[in-house]
Amino acid sequence: MISPMPCSHYIIRKQYFLRGVCMTVMRKFWSKHTIIAAISAAALTLSGCAASNALNEEEDAPAADTSDTVKVGVLHSLSGTMAISEVSLRDAELMAIEEINAEGGVLGKQIEPVVEDGASDWPTFAEKAKKLLQKDKVATVFGGWTSASRKAMLPVFEQNNGLLWYPVQYEGMESSPNIFYTGATTNQQIVPSVTWLLENKGKSFFLIGSDYVFPRTANKEIKAQLKAEGGTLVGEEYTPLGHTDYSTLISKIKEEKPEVIYNTLNGDSNVAFFKQLKDAGITADDITVLSVSIAEEEIRGIGTDILTGHYAAWNYFQTTDTPENEKFVAAYKEAYGDDRVTGDPIEAAYNAVYLWAAAVEKAESFDVDAVKEAAGGIEFKAPGGTVTIDGDNQHTYKTVRVGEIQADGQFKEVWNSGEPVKPDPYLETYPWAEGLN
Amino acid sequence: MAVVITQLFNGISLGSILLLIALGLAITFGLMNVINMAHGEFIMAGAYTTYVVQQAFSHYIPASLFNYYYVAAIPLSFLIGALLGFVLEKTLIRFLYHRPLDSLLATWGVSLILQQVARSIFGAPNVAVTAPTWLDGGLTIAGAVLPYKRLFIIALVTICMVSLYLYLDKTAAGRKMRAVTMNRSMASSLGVSTKKVDATAFAIGSGLAGIAGCALTVLGPIGSTIGTYYIVDAFMIVILGGIGSLIGTVFGALSVGMLGTIAEFWSGASMAKVIVFVAIIAFLQFKPAGLLSARTRSLE
Repeated sequence: MISPMPCSHYIIRKQYFLRGVCMTVMRKFWSKHTIIAAISAAALTLSGCAASNALNEEEDAPAADTSDTVKVGVLHSLSGTMAISEVSLRDAELMAIEEINAEGGVLGKQIEPVVEDGASDWPTFAEKAKKLLQKDKVATVFGGWTSASRKAMLPVFEQNNGLLWYPVQYEGMESSPNIFYTGATTNQQIVPSVTWLLENKGKSFFLIGSDYVFPRTANKEIKAQLKAEGGTLVGEEYTPLGHTDYSTLISKIKEEKPEVIYNTLNGDSNVAFFKQLKDAGITADDITVLSVSIAEEEIRGIGTDILTGHYAAWNYFQTTDTPENEKFVAAYKEAYGDDRVTGDPIEAAYNAVYLWAAAVEKAESFDVDAVKEAAGGIEFKAPGGTVTIDGDNQHTYKTVRVGEIQADGQFKEVWNSGEPVKPDPYLETYPWAEGLN
Repeated sequence: MAVVITQLFNGISLGSILLLIALGLAITFGLMNVINMAHGEFIMAGAYTTYVVQQAFSHYIPASLFNYYYVAAIPLSFLIGALLGFVLEKTLIRFLYHRPLDSLLATWGVSLILQQVARSIFGAPNVAVTAPTWLDGGLTIAGAVLPYKRLFIIALVTICMVSLYLYLDKTAAGRKMRAVTMNRSMASSLGVSTKKVDATAFAIGSGLAGIAGCALTVLGPIGSTIGTYYIVDAFMIVILGGIGSLIGTVFGALSVGMLGTIAEFWSGASMAKVIVFVAIIAFLQFKPAGLLSARTRSLE
């Protein structure tokens, strides 16, 4: 789970703030009662606004077994703060569906996407998932980005025996029988990148992250790994989501003089951190920064001049050199515009559709249990290299890549794992990880 | 030693940034008593103005002059902020002067609308502004690096402060503004057009938010939600400084800046926020009117 969860944060801030303002004003004017009414009215405004601009929402059409189409759900945030990231995933999934339909569909049926808007709001995700499963009777759902949205949908899929394809790298420690994880788990991104840094960039680490579950979980794992592999930890700092002043944190970094900064900051904070790091006179030559939430899309918003020379760990880059990727990037740009860039979660979302279609073909059925049964071992020649579904934990084997950010905003791959890495969401094969969960 | 200098400077720098974002609010909230939740979005407007000016310069102006885009962006950000503020005052705020709770909700609605407008025009992802090269690097004093960008913001806020002081104290329009905020009905009965004064004051406050947005582009992100990152702090500082007192706002910003950096250095960023808020709440328990409260003869 990489991306910001600023939505909840944002609402909390506004409400907190309202309370602050109200306190002052209250002294002068109002009773508590009016203020509660005002806050709830305001909250309504907020959610109303988020729901009103849902894109592409399709209402239910009659479902019938005899029809020559099969319905699948596409459930991402098309409005609200998370729309920044999730709209691209919807685009990639719709593109894959279109491609499969052009080739004749699945089991002779055309795939009919039912697009819903999760509106960056976790209960909405659960509600829309329920609607897709119970009312639209979709064969499967592709959706989610934040871990919070996945956790909200999980019980719905388990109760209704539905099928969810979740396309974003996340913190691991989960394996639901009703979810397929096509993004990386920790041992396919963070663990190998730490090993690479230790071997190539230095032993002393400074960990910085946004203050919530993903960075704290990830850093717990990194600390255990550093201990086991001979690294030293010189500092560990967390800042609230949306934090914009990094001067003090940077002077702490200067004091500790680490060789490597491992960055799990999320969202806008990255912009402030990198700008101010450069101003303080620290360049990529002095200290290597490796990030896990900066993909091609984010680089454009931070500014390439500031990021050049720093690193990121992913399973796919737009520059990954495979014939499949060449085709994928060209098709994506053709469909959505030349200025669009692809990236790791976008590729994972695209793969998810193909993996599901292949599993259905193998099962010769759209039935959830049959598809799950057939899914193990399914292979797909993805843009980022071959991916294979692991039948045991429903994650995928993925190739790990470390890339250096170039002046044109793209990555130059400096290392990859050579072969797809077996997913290990609970880090069971790493002795140092014992006792972490 | 270098660390002490750096931290001292960081405190002043954070204070100056906080002051810059709170200065406009000190007028609209402090002097005019309007709770403007859209203040953060005027900051956003200033930031996007800077982005647009930069884009225009890189497309239509010879590359050798590119570095001066920032000089053009500052007054333009002020104008755009002021224009937005003026329109908001004329179309909405002026009907709500006696209904502060309604203005709170209405301006919150406006803030959401402005965010969505920005998202529609510039897209949801952040945009990048390249800082002019003359702001790159920093001054080295005894091993401590003082970034030029932060020095520049300190200078900018000083200029804004001094101009505001001169305007309020030395010009007829400014004196009218003070007269209206101190005693509206008396000023009105003496022939001051309070409507005009209200509109001007609100526009100036919003314009200052625009300048803040322009300045923040060199340090932070530029996206549709940046206003929300700063607005809580801005209100906090105006309240801490004492509603109605500009000098109070200065002291409020500097004390929050210093306390924030010291607390962050000894604990962490999240804890520092807690410490600052607890300190402010505790302080307001003993001195509810803030650091410096404006004395007025008006009856409330």
